[in-house]
Amino acid sequence: MTEQTLTVRFFARLREELGTEQLTMPANEEQTAGDLLAELASRGGPWAQLQGSQPVMIAINQAMVKPAAVVKAGDEVAFFPPVTGG
Amino acid sequence: MISIQTEDFDTASEYTALRDSGAGTGAIATFTGLVRDHGDTQDVSGLFLEHYPGMTEQVIAGLIEEASRRWDVRKARVIHRVGRLLLREQIVFVGVCSAHRADAFAACEFIMDALKTSAPFWKKELAEDGEHWVEQKASDVARGEAWDK
Repeated sequence: MTEQTLTVRFFARLREELGTEQLTMPANEEQTAGDLLAELASRGGPWAQLQGSQPVMIAINQAMVKPAAVVKAGDEVAFFPPVTGG
Repeated sequence: MISIQTEDFDTASEYTALRDSGAGTGAIATFTGLVRDHGDTQDVSGLFLEHYPGMTEQVIAGLIEEASRRWDVRKARVIHRVGRLLLREQIVFVGVCSAHRADAFAACEFIMDALKTSAPFWKKELAEDGEHWVEQKASDVARGEAWDK
């Protein structure tokens, strides 16, 4: 049986400050994007900002979602600051 | 059609391509965004633009679909550059063909406003005294939300 994992990606300021572009995490049952964010924030240091005062946007499989959205094995979850293109 | 690219674009040839949208087109509205010398700080010398490949194209395609449901859109074109851009360079192009001007103006403005608050692009301003990530503006969010009313 293969291990159930999901991919987490970071962009822009978060990518730079966390020094991480992508990581693989175990996928748990009934886990939300918000749970994932809390788990990462508990690493401390720069990771704490994931639950800090600055808003963090979330996408699952390249579609914007709210923190209550459920994440599953094989999903690509992305965390990033509010967008500033155009 | 949507293009995310590092290279510059030619507005004249984009306009020519938009004109080739059938005899029902009576109006073309285009918008071009440029790198200017002031933003969150003064003396900006350039920008670095990052994006989320794949999601960016999906979001913009959704905006064009929404514009096509709300207004008469015969053809739409969006180009957004990424990477390092110098002062006065072109960043973004939006062009819309419609039967009448009101639809062309509205659809073009909607796509541009919604792109700014929903397409995953991030700007970093490069200046003499360093570089910093641009903060999202409340005024941009308000403009985006105004289209929901």
